[in-house]
Formats: sequence, C-alpha cells, structure tokens
Amino acid sequence: MMTDSSLYAARVPIFPRRVSGRFRTLKWAIMIVTLGIYYVTPWIRWDRGPALPDQAVLVDLANRRFYFFWIEIWSHEFYFVAGLLIMAGLGLFLFTSALGRVWCGYACPQTVWTDLFLVVERWIEGDRNARLRLHEAPWSARKLRLRASKWAAWLLISVATGGAWVFYFTDAPTLLRDLLTVSAHPAAYTTIAILTATTFVFGGFMREQVCIYMCPWPRIQGAMMEEDTLTVAYRDWRGEPRGKGLRRRQAEEAQAAITRAAGPQIGGRAPAIPMPGLSGARSGAARQDGPGDCIDCNACVNVCPMGIDIRDGQQLACITCALCIDACDEVMAKIGKPRGLIGYLALSDAPREAAGGRPRGAWAHVFRPRNVLYFSLWAAIGMALVFALFIRPEIEMTVAPVRNPTFVTLSDGTIRNTYDIRLRNKHGEPRAFRLSLTSGSVLAIALEGTEDLVTEIPANAQKLQRVYVSARPGGPAAARAETALRFWAEDLASGDRAHKDSVFNGRED
Amino acid sequence: MTARKKDDVTGVETTGHTWDGIEELNNPLPRWWLWTFYATIGWGIVYTILFPAWPLVNSATAGMLGWSTRDQVARHIAAVEEANAGVEAQLVAADLGAIREDDALYSYAVNAGAAVFRTNCSQCHGSGAAGAVGYPNLLDDAWLWGGTLDDIAHTVRHGVRNEDDPDARWSQMPAFGEMLDPDEIALLVAHVQGLASGGDPLAGAGGALFEANCASCHGEDGRGMREMGAPNLTDAIWLYGGDEAALTETITNARFGVMPAWGARLNEAEVRAVATYVHQLGGGEEPSAE
Repeated sequence: MMTDSSLYAARVPIFPRRVSGRFRTLKWAIMIVTLGIYYVTPWIRWDRGPALPDQAVLVDLANRRFYFFWIEIWSHEFYFVAGLLIMAGLGLFLFTSALGRVWCGYACPQTVWTDLFLVVERWIEGDRNARLRLHEAPWSARKLRLRASKWAAWLLISVATGGAWVFYFTDAPTLLRDLLTVSAHPAAYTTIAILTATTFVFGGFMREQVCIYMCPWPRIQGAMMEEDTLTVAYRDWRGEPRGKGLRRRQAEEAQAAITRAAGPQIGGRAPAIPMPGLSGARSGAARQDGPGDCIDCNACVNVCPMGIDIRDGQQLACITCALCIDACDEVMAKIGKPRGLIGYLALSDAPREAAGGRPRGAWAHVFRPRNVLYFSLWAAIGMALVFALFIRPEIEMTVAPVRNPTFVTLSDGTIRNTYDIRLRNKHGEPRAFRLSLTSGSVLAIALEGTEDLVTEIPANAQKLQRVYVSARPGGPAAARAETALRFWAEDLASGDRAHKDSVFNGRED
Repeated sequence: MTARKKDDVTGVETTGHTWDGIEELNNPLPRWWLWTFYATIGWGIVYTILFPAWPLVNSATAGMLGWSTRDQVARHIAAVEEANAGVEAQLVAADLGAIREDDALYSYAVNAGAAVFRTNCSQCHGSGAAGAVGYPNLLDDAWLWGGTLDDIAHTVRHGVRNEDDPDARWSQMPAFGEMLDPDEIALLVAHVQGLASGGDPLAGAGGALFEANCASCHGEDGRGMREMGAPNLTDAIWLYGGDEAALTETITNARFGVMPAWGARLNEAEVRAVATYVHQLGGGEEPSAE
C-alpha cells in the first residue's frame, strides 16, 4: 500500500456506503436526540421574575451567572461546574472501561456531525459507488452542480451549528433579531464565523483525520480499555480462512500473523494492534478445514467511516461506531449464516468462543471492580453536588472587619470598629435585610448611610454595607483587646436568618 | 531516499535512517500536517512584519500596523475617560448634598473619590484615612474646619495654611513660650488635660490662665471654634498628642499644620468625589447639624 517512500501521505478519500440495521437505527436516534438538545435548549423559557433572564439555560458571562432551569450558579459557586466536569471525566472513564470507545462511536460531536454531513452528501451525490465515480470523473457542469449544492448544504448546517452556540450566552430571541438585523455584537458574528468554519472543515473534509491525528482521546481511551472491555471485533476463528481467494490467503497467513504481532501503527490501513485473546484463537482457526464464514465481500470495509478493515483487529483508527456489525449481519443473513461474525465482544472471551464455548454474559464484563469503582466515584460526586445544592444558604453574608485602622476613637471617647458586610440577594426582586448583632458585651450597631438597621439590596445583586459597631467609653469592650460578636442578617421578606462571627477590637490600654 | 527497503518483521517500509543498527519505520504523517506547519511559519513571518517584533540595538521594529502596547494603554484610558465623561459631568453639575440621592452617581463618587484619596491624600492621612500625629484622622467625628460635604470640599479645594491659595483655611496659634513662663505653661497643661474628663475650663488658677490666653479661640467652654480651626479641648481626640510633653510643646511653640490647595491639581469632579468619599468614612456631618 505504501508504494512511495515519502514521509508524508495524502488523505485517501473515504466513501462510506449506506447501511441499515440495529446500530444504524440506534445512531439515528442518538443523532436526533443530541442535535435536538443542542438546537432547542437555548429556546426553552423559564420564568425567574422580572429582574432575571427568562432563558432556561443561559451562561451569562458578563454578569458571571449560570442559569440552568431552577438552578442559578454565581461565580463564587463555580465548584458546581468543576464537579460536573469531574463527573463527565469519570463517566467517560466508566463507559470506556465497560464499552470501549462508545463516546467516539455514538455521541462525539465530530462523529454526529460527520454522520449528518454524510447523509447530506448521500442525498445529493448518491451512495458509495456514485460518489466514487463522481470523485474520479473530470470536472463537468454536473459535478460542479453537485459539489456546489453539497457544500452549500454543509455551509447551511455549519452556520446553524455556530449560530446555535451563541444563543447559550445571551437571550436567544433578542440575539436572533439582532443577528438578522446585523446589529448584534461583533463577538457573536466572530464566534459564529469560527464555529461555522470548524464545523464545515471538520465535518466535510477532515472527518476521520480529526479522530486519528488531532484528537487526544483515542490515545487516552486506548489506555483505559482492557481484555474485559466489550468492543467491536471480528470473530476471526469463525471467519477465517476467507471464502474468496482462499488459497492466496493461506499463503499469506504466516506473513499476516507476523504483521499482527508487530505493534500499533497510526493510520487506517496499517496492521492492527496485537490482541492476546485473538492470537490464541488464530491457532484454533488454523485447524479449521474449508472456508470460514467470511466471504471477503468487503461490506464491513465499505461502510466504515474511518476507512479501516475491522478484520485487522482492534486499531487506533476504529471509533467503534458498529456500522460494520450492521453491514456484516446483513450479509450473513443473505448467505444463511448466523449473525455476529462482527459483533460486540470482549477479547477475554475470544479463546473460549474459539474453542466452541459460550461467552460470558455482557453484565459479567460490565460489573467489574474497576467499573463499579468508577460508577461509585461518579455517583458519589453527583450526590455530593446535589447535596451541596440543597444546603446552599438562602442568605449569603460575609463579614470583613476593617483593619486599617482596627478602631477609631470618637470625640466622646467611644471606641468604634468598622465592618464591611457583603450580602447577596439571589432573588428576582429587591429584598430588605435587617442587620443586628449579639455579643457578651454592650455594643451598639449602626449602618452607614441609613438611620435604621435595614439595608435594601437590588434584585439579583450583592451589596457592600458598611457597619459601625461602638463600645461606650470605659466599658469592657472598649478596654479589652478583643471581644467576640456575632452579626445577624434577617431577610424581612422570608424571615430567614443568617449569622457570621467576628471580633471587636478595643483600646487595650 | 534512494533504496526502498522493507522491514522484514513488520512489512513496513523504512526511511533508510539507521542508528546503531536500529532502523526507522516510515509511517507517514498526513500531508496536511506539513501544510499546517508551513502555514504557521507563514503566519509568523507576516505577524512579525505587521507587529513590533525584531529587536534592534535601542528599540525594536515598529511593525507596519504601528500598533504598540503604550498606544493601547492610552486608548484604554481614553475609552474609560470617555465612558465616564457623562457621570463626571453629572457629578460637577449636581448639588453636593444631592449626590447621595442618586445611587449610581453616589457609587461612582465614592469609588472615584477612594482612588483620588489613595493617590493624593494617603501620604499624610494614611491609606485607611486614620491620620497620624499632626495629620487629622478622617474617620472620627471631630472636625477642625467642619465636617459637612461643603466644608470638606472647601478644605480639599483650598487647603490649610498654605500661601498658594488666598481662600485657604487660615489661623495661627501663638507660641506662648514667649508670653508665659514655664510654670504657667505647666499649670496650663495640667488644666487642659483635665478638661477632657469634665473639668471646668474657667475654674482655679489654670482657669484664669485659660480665660486670659486660650478662650478667645478655644472658647470659654473649651470646645474650640471652627472658624479659627481651633480644636475642641474637651474631647478625647488630640491631633498632636494629649500627654504632658506633647501639650507643653504645643503651648510653648504652637503648631502650624499645612495642607496643600488641591483645587489647583484636581479637577472639580475629583474634588467633589474625594469630598464625598471622606464624608462617608464614618464622621461626615449633615448641614442641619451645624
């Protein structure tokens, strides 16, 4: 295959054939759900009161707020987002350890959008053979028309993709109106332009190159898989020797065995990573007389969006999209052989199956200590986050004593301390808070700028209220170095109370 | 690459490079990687032409776009000033007492005033405005020249006992060392120290000295006089210290605290902002209280 000795290789175009079957249906469903969530979410409304945005999911960067339905996260509560990211990471570990690269094969945006682009490509240019012919044909009016309409359709999808993204960051209906009247913020247009370009290029032209050469996940996920992981594999003990070109295959068998043992290689058409489970199976296959179930029809290769041959074994380029399973099952049904020549398989089961035994159940592979541990960690963090969400204080108050200077002597000898009390009002309407203090000594409280002890805080805002605490001259608090005190804040609308402890500094003379 | 050679074990072509008998397999990189690499080099070259980049002996190439970090800072400052022009004009136009009524204007005045204070006032009055010996504490409720917004703004604008501004606050305590003998001064010191704890300013021998020498400015009740900037001697606050040595020094040689006229250096909006800031530090007085 590598006939020239160049150090660089051009991309070999891939023309996946249309296929139908269980996994294709599942992938259609996942595509509809994920794309539906992506495009619809910004348009869901959620009433939070007049002062707050009514968008259900909104990342308000300017005001440092994240709204998610009934949950509102302020910037100081960003640990919720960090927790969600940790859960996403652990979830990925769990799925990879149990089911291999299911993220890559079913849910990754690169896969979903490439799938979408391929549908468009098939609608406009036809299936695999038609596209192959078109690719090789010289430029003509027809080719130009087909290419132009395909690119136009892709561009439309790309604009919609980039356009949907910005709706998460500001009020969607307003932004849509601004976008259409060319009066939106330049950042919106720039973001849309960049995401349009990446979607168009990655989904239309880069495709498998993104997975093989750009994405770090295949490397990391390769390290998370083990023999018990269920993954897409070819049952070579059943398939080999292949029906077509049997004699040639047998002659090449020795060479192929060596090739498979040679180690991992990047790229779609390179030999595969050696599999301990399968090398044992191969010796079993060698005992088999007559042709195997594989008729070498190449259906599995023709449907592969990565352009690889699953029969080479597990390989870096395989995203386990499972379309080869559908393709092979279709063929097996036609030739009257049992399905599952290509199927989900744990490599640890391969020797057992090759020897004629039954594989262990899927659950036996999934419920391994490692997966249980991943799930436990994932669930523990999830429950901790939910718990943290419910015990979030209704009133948030911080007290910062002013320490420059620690106290002020007033003309009548009164010792006064100053405190900066920060109160947050997370509600959609203004709230009034009454401040008070309790202490073992006699201390008086007063608020800067208001005669009474009530401070008004605007809706969805925080306020810094300066508070003065005074000890009368000669009293114990004035003379003592430190006196403990506790500030109280009462939400006059709800009656909720919160408190914070602090210290009063006296003269110490 | 002359001879194409295949590795026996893997069947993969080698690059022909050999190190100690170890040959390098040729697993080619995608061609577009190479083009991306070239593109980044091209980008880098264009970038260094457009923007300041190449070091010279005393400076660097300016770049064809003429962009510089200093210009950028100047632009940002200009943008901030332009953005604040409206509220500054509002600040200058508003009645000083009415600034408080407008939340946004008041917030701007206090924050801008804090910045002005840190830059211009904190050297003497301290970054927390607590003052120092000879420099009044601005947090308390004692004011030598008055503590209303207008009083504070006037003091800031014209200063105290400076020669630059005819409207500066002005007064001068005589140096009594030339008029009284040391025994009398010692008697007066003890008498003044007693005033803070409720002593009668006019009682006894000290009271006689006080009435003759001090009462004309500090008042017969000893509570001072703002027109003269004469401090209240009956309160708990001593600008230069209330102990015997400090009071002896004050009476013998007098004090002459000076503050510059900031009206010449700050603009009207800054004067109003810093007056608003100082007024809300905890000791500001309302005009009606006068």
